[in-house]
Amino acid sequence: MSTSGSAGPGQDERRRSAAELRRENLHIMMRTLTLAWHAFAKDRAAVGALIFLVVVVLISILAPYISPYDPTDAVAKRGAPPGTEGVILGADLDGRDILSRLLWGGRISILIGFVPTVAATAIAVFLGLVAGYIGGWIDQVIMRVLDIFFAFPLVLMAIVVAGILEPGVATVIIAITIGLVPYITRLVRTTTVSVKQQPYIEAARAGGAGVPTIVTRYVLPNMLAPVIVYATTLIGLMMVVGSGLSFLGLGVQPPDADWGIMVSEGRAVLKKAPHATAFPGLVIVVVSLAFSFVGDGLRDALDPRARVR
Amino acid sequence: METVLKVEKLETQFKLRTGVLKAVDGISFEVEAGRVLCIVGESGSGKSVTAQSIMRLIDPPGRIVAGKIWYRNLDLLALSESAMEKLRGDRIGMIFQDPMTSLNPVFTIGEQIVETIVAHQGVKKKEARARAVELLRLVGIAEPERRLNDYPHQYSGGMRQRVLIAIAIACEPDLLIADEPTTALDVTIQAQILKLLADVQKQLQSAMILITHDLGVVSAMADEVLVMYAGRMVEYGDVATIFRHPRHPYTVGLLDSIIKLSDNRDSELRSISGLPPVPIDPPPGCAFRDRCSRAIAICGEQDPQPYNTKTGSIVLCHVIAQEETDERQVSA
Amino acid sequence: MTRFIFARLLTIIPIMFGVSFFVFMLAHLAPGDVTTTLTGPYATEEVREQIRIKYGLNEPLMVQYGNWVGRIVQGEFGKSIANRRMVAELIFPKFANTAILAVTSAALAYVIGLFVGVFAASRPYSLFDRLAMAGTLMVGSIPPFWLGLLLVLLFSLTLRWLPATGMTKIIDGGYPGDVILHLILPTIAAAAAPAAIIVRTVRATMLEILSQNYIKVARAKGIRRNVILRKHALRNALPPIATICGLQLGYLLGGVLFVEVIFAWPGIGSQLWAAIQARDIPTIQGASLIIAVAFVLVNLAVDVFNAYTDPKIRISEGMRAR
Repeated sequence: MSTSGSAGPGQDERRRSAAELRRENLHIMMRTLTLAWHAFAKDRAAVGALIFLVVVVLISILAPYISPYDPTDAVAKRGAPPGTEGVILGADLDGRDILSRLLWGGRISILIGFVPTVAATAIAVFLGLVAGYIGGWIDQVIMRVLDIFFAFPLVLMAIVVAGILEPGVATVIIAITIGLVPYITRLVRTTTVSVKQQPYIEAARAGGAGVPTIVTRYVLPNMLAPVIVYATTLIGLMMVVGSGLSFLGLGVQPPDADWGIMVSEGRAVLKKAPHATAFPGLVIVVVSLAFSFVGDGLRDALDPRARVR
Repeated sequence: METVLKVEKLETQFKLRTGVLKAVDGISFEVEAGRVLCIVGESGSGKSVTAQSIMRLIDPPGRIVAGKIWYRNLDLLALSESAMEKLRGDRIGMIFQDPMTSLNPVFTIGEQIVETIVAHQGVKKKEARARAVELLRLVGIAEPERRLNDYPHQYSGGMRQRVLIAIAIACEPDLLIADEPTTALDVTIQAQILKLLADVQKQLQSAMILITHDLGVVSAMADEVLVMYAGRMVEYGDVATIFRHPRHPYTVGLLDSIIKLSDNRDSELRSISGLPPVPIDPPPGCAFRDRCSRAIAICGEQDPQPYNTKTGSIVLCHVIAQEETDERQVSA
Repeated sequence: MTRFIFARLLTIIPIMFGVSFFVFMLAHLAPGDVTTTLTGPYATEEVREQIRIKYGLNEPLMVQYGNWVGRIVQGEFGKSIANRRMVAELIFPKFANTAILAVTSAALAYVIGLFVGVFAASRPYSLFDRLAMAGTLMVGSIPPFWLGLLLVLLFSLTLRWLPATGMTKIIDGGYPGDVILHLILPTIAAAAAPAAIIVRTVRATMLEILSQNYIKVARAKGIRRNVILRKHALRNALPPIATICGLQLGYLLGGVLFVEVIFAWPGIGSQLWAAIQARDIPTIQGASLIIAVAFVLVNLAVDVFNAYTDPKIRISEGMRAR
């Protein structure tokens, strides 16, 4: 439209300052992140755990290249103990190399922890923001529906949903996501409600900002911190739950490997080849612990109240 | 009159990640039976820590590192914890600052008063309850028999503070420590509570240490005054002397900042510029020197020592000490 | 107080409906034709049509749901696909076995959790406390199925001290001592993670309470340390602790599944697992419904308990009655 041609210097100033504001916001975000990182870095256990996790993830991604054998090939005597020629960590009940299976299995196990948590968080943030900010009957409806899901213990919910569907990795991911959404949603909603009552929200409303703007620009950033902390700890826990589902035969199917099914398969040779069960379980524990440490470190870093000791 | 409490060069420190916080750095004073000592100072001056040190309620990372505390002729710092427990609530009673959070929400008022009486005086519950009723009546709670069975959330702030006073005096202690008992209350209630405290103290003839930052309270209640700054004592004397002849620059500044009716309406409010230092790893010298208009070189080098001024108070100030010494030399 | 309980029961009713609807929908959400889920994949078309008529599968969903609820309330859970017996016969006795395991595990978790947690809170940052924190962190990360296998490996297979599977000896078993012997390992495996969580919660709650002003006042009254811990602090710590304990019991009712599978404990968990493997939907429905109902009731009990111990609620309810 030709009216833009008649835009005088006043219009330009306003447009420029909008861009400036965006740049300023970016600066502020970068500064906050840097501050958070510094606070996080003070917790040595958390940093160590983070490095460990990065290494683990890298190894998983590189599994096809660094794995000594194909995880489904029988390469040694059944149940060969650790230290046997060619199989550092031993072989499982079908003679497959445990190390290779751990490497390849890690891709799935970590995925099972990561994907449902991220997906559930995304869904939960949406639901929780809507319920918390808009309130009213939408809030009631969402919360009542969630209450129904809360009536089932999380693990049970995941098991039942997975049990209904065809076994497989996708099933486990879906099942865990469904089970997890209510918990994260509850946290998002509670945080949103408390943020909503802050004076700066009212100020934004008085300034004429519309609901989507307020929610995305003001509520969302301020509500994210506890959610991120929670989600990080959940990744480790969901990895354990996922291994449990695989253990029950609902996840990865033989001959493929993930840590949970390795524990299950090791059961058959528990007495003669305990390492087949011990190693995958140990890996699960260590990785899960690492996630806990990172989550703790994040919580202390993002919590504005300083720690006394 | 007998000395009930004598504190000598008390030092209480907190070991923090950032350094050693010297919350109380060499305080000395005495309180006699039937007398009221007011400890005055800003927030963070160490008044509450002093009170808690006397009660030995300092928890790690805090520690009493030096000094002596005498209750009558008992060295409190040498007592075992169980011996100290016997003294607390019985011979020494303490009233805390925030009545809204000082009572346990899940027990009735009666249970909380009775607990003290039963713990220290070995009487049966029934008799303790009767005494509790009397105590509530004494502190001005109406319908005490009924209100004994109420819970703290059913009491207002002022009433809760009365209850806390009742608890503190339940065993008729001969030392009462009141840590800013009126700060959290409405102004109208403050006067009532102070009067109650004064009455109670007179009745029991106990020694009382009253901690406050309000000079009005000091003038109304105190017999002696101890002025604290950044964990140290700066001036100590009886109330008339302190008010009429304040010597330490800090005390002078404090009293000067009080608004008087005679002040010109348009004149500016007077205050001491700057903020008190946080005494973490404090440097040598007087803590007040950065805000003191009269500071001289030595104030930044040596800690000032107690000096008996000719007006009757004890000050810790190089300038005053120097000034009076010079005067004496001149007139000699 | 009764008023409060009534109000609570009212809120449960819609939840129960929702839960039962969800369980009902499980049959319809499973891939494949609904008749398959009820009769298995090998039924002929005539049988399927009979089933459709008998269960009113051609009717609208809500009507089907209503009929189903009607049947459930009368105790008719349908017939198990896997072994031709009534589901109700299968799951109710098993539920009792699960309850034994869950309650024992919960009790163990509560006792350990309370003692270790309170002791750690009374000596914060001491060696004991730090060991407790490290220990609970590790134990809480151990998957119960792995822990169970390790316990079996150590105590049953290697040391031969305790039985590895089942609830009783197959021959001549069944007396209380026998059951107890079989109960030991599964209980430890099931109680480990909940115990860790309870220790942490108790410690955190106690620490927070011990920093409250009224605790300082109690100390200034000269009350002895243990009395303060036991009476003043613990009493205030009850609500969050009770909530966590209730949650853990509920979690145990469902999560004990792994332990039941590993130890072949004849409970509703292993029944559920067998049903899942056999795609025996009616049994799956029955088992999950029972567990969910139990969970909801346990949470209700916790809510009521918390309300009862909170003087504010107890008093206000009483006053209104006056």
